[in-house]
Amino acid sequence: MSSPAVEAVDVRRSYHLDGVSVEALRGVSLRIDPGEYVAVVGPSGSGKSTLMHLLGCLDRPTSGMLRVGDRDVATLGDGELAGLRNRTIGFVFQSFQLLGRTTALDNVALPLVYRGVRRAERRERAEAALTAVGLAHRLGHRPGQLSGGEQQRVAIARALVGEPGLLLADEPTGNLDTGSGAEIMALLDGLVRDRGVAVVVVTHDPEVAALARRRVRMRDGLIE
Amino acid sequence: MRAGEAFRVALGALVANKLRSSLTMLGVVIGVAAVVVLVALGAGAKHEVEQQVEGLGSNIIIVVPGKFELGSAPTISRLTLDDVDLLGRVVGDERRVAVSVASGENVSVGRRETFVTVNGVNENVPNVFDRPLARGEYITASDVDTRRRVAVLGSTVVRRVFGDVDPLGRQVSIAGVRFRVIGVFAPVGSTFGVDRDTEVHIPVTAAQRLFGVDRIDALAVKAPRADDVEPLQGKLTAALRDKYDGEEFSAVTQTQILGTIGRILGLLTLVLAAIAAISLLVGGVGVSNIMLVSVRERTREIGLRKALGARQRDILLQFLIEAVLLCVVGGLIGIGLGVGSSLLVAAVSPLPAVIAWWSPALAFTVSAAVGVFFGVAPARRAGRLDPVVALRTE
Repeated sequence: MSSPAVEAVDVRRSYHLDGVSVEALRGVSLRIDPGEYVAVVGPSGSGKSTLMHLLGCLDRPTSGMLRVGDRDVATLGDGELAGLRNRTIGFVFQSFQLLGRTTALDNVALPLVYRGVRRAERRERAEAALTAVGLAHRLGHRPGQLSGGEQQRVAIARALVGEPGLLLADEPTGNLDTGSGAEIMALLDGLVRDRGVAVVVVTHDPEVAALARRRVRMRDGLIE
Repeated sequence: MRAGEAFRVALGALVANKLRSSLTMLGVVIGVAAVVVLVALGAGAKHEVEQQVEGLGSNIIIVVPGKFELGSAPTISRLTLDDVDLLGRVVGDERRVAVSVASGENVSVGRRETFVTVNGVNENVPNVFDRPLARGEYITASDVDTRRRVAVLGSTVVRRVFGDVDPLGRQVSIAGVRFRVIGVFAPVGSTFGVDRDTEVHIPVTAAQRLFGVDRIDALAVKAPRADDVEPLQGKLTAALRDKYDGEEFSAVTQTQILGTIGRILGLLTLVLAAIAAISLLVGGVGVSNIMLVSVRERTREIGLRKALGARQRDILLQFLIEAVLLCVVGGLIGIGLGVGSSLLVAAVSPLPAVIAWWSPALAFTVSAAVGVFFGVAPARRAGRLDPVVALRTE
């Protein structure tokens, strides 16, 4: 059997706020294989976002083991972790998180900047990624000149440009109308099929969750 | 990330906030320009004084009563004309000894009047000092011996009291006594706006009677060769101490005068530069402040860049380059402004200005260092931001 895209074993994460310890995750085990399409659902405060940050290597577990590909996150330094994020993980955020002063093309090329890819190659790959999400005609536009759906597609292109094994989407349709939301979900669905990328979508929306082939339900820092 | 990329990102951020970047830069511009201008003025003053003292001629020893110190009041002189003979014997040639007794007096022709320094001298002045005449002749030994009332005037004095009239052979009134003009000095110009062509020379004997004194203020000796200067200094003062029973005398050279003036002006330049450096420091604080604002404003951007794979040092580099760029560009503009203002000041005011090669170089280095020093704290703060927290920021 191939190694998982990401695997968490009895992962805990607690925060200290004003001297009070809050356990956001209380022992979560989860394995996601390459090409899987997983929806993480649950009410606010159930630990969805914390889990997503851990899977995305933006944060480290307080205890438990977290593996991305064949790397144990606990053994990596901050710099190595940044490199790991850059190479293996793509992020799609609810609020798009595009750089406002920068064109769609340059936004998409940004992860490649931190990989040390040359400018000409970056443009080429960013253009290909934007074409793949149907925005070949919007390369030179700035985020302010694009609709919400288009902006989220730029964000998806950015998440894919580095050819990651895992794509994490946090409420990707949260800021979109129903029509645009459905388009985005169709796009994500296609990715799983065409490229074998593992996709994890964190969402409130039961309709969005219904599109995934597997659902993980969270409550009070645990998987139900 | 490649350094060129970090540079491009930093430049983009500065250009995006043009007004803010320019105002921040202005602090550095003013600081660097102030350093360059004030150092140029200090160096100019030093240069001018040196030229003036060197312009007197070489191998000159000035003998004065008391201890030679700038700033201390002159000792009452007991030197007399007989000391010319005494020092002449020490040097081996009496023609190498010039004297001076000076006083400020009114000089007038008809209703035209001016107040100038009147210097009683002997015939040896041209042998000792380089002070060429434009016209006429200098005072002779017979003028001194017979206490003849003749005068050699500076060019400014001539212009003030004679206007366009040819002064040679005409009468001029000095402190109410009539003198005949026998020569005019070649103009030497001014130093720090002080006209040096306002001198009047008359025979020392006539001057002593005019001022009502028997003394002379100072003697000047021209050593035959540069090597003779140092041994002569000792011999001259020793001879005078013998004669005047242990009283103190000083024999100083141009080099010593230059050394003293140079130290004072060097100190002055240093103080001016230090004051200017304070304004550069304030400019640096401005840079630091604006970088902190910039980091806070772009917290979300930093979080995003980190999520996409930027390492701590990528972010640090980006913000550090931004701060250094502000300071370096500001520094270059400041150097241009400083050099320009120095040249302007030198051109339109009596203050001299000399751009020492090292002052723009130093100003540039300091402004770059200011950028690093004041940029590093905000840049580190940016680099250390937790991406989870940063992304959540509104």
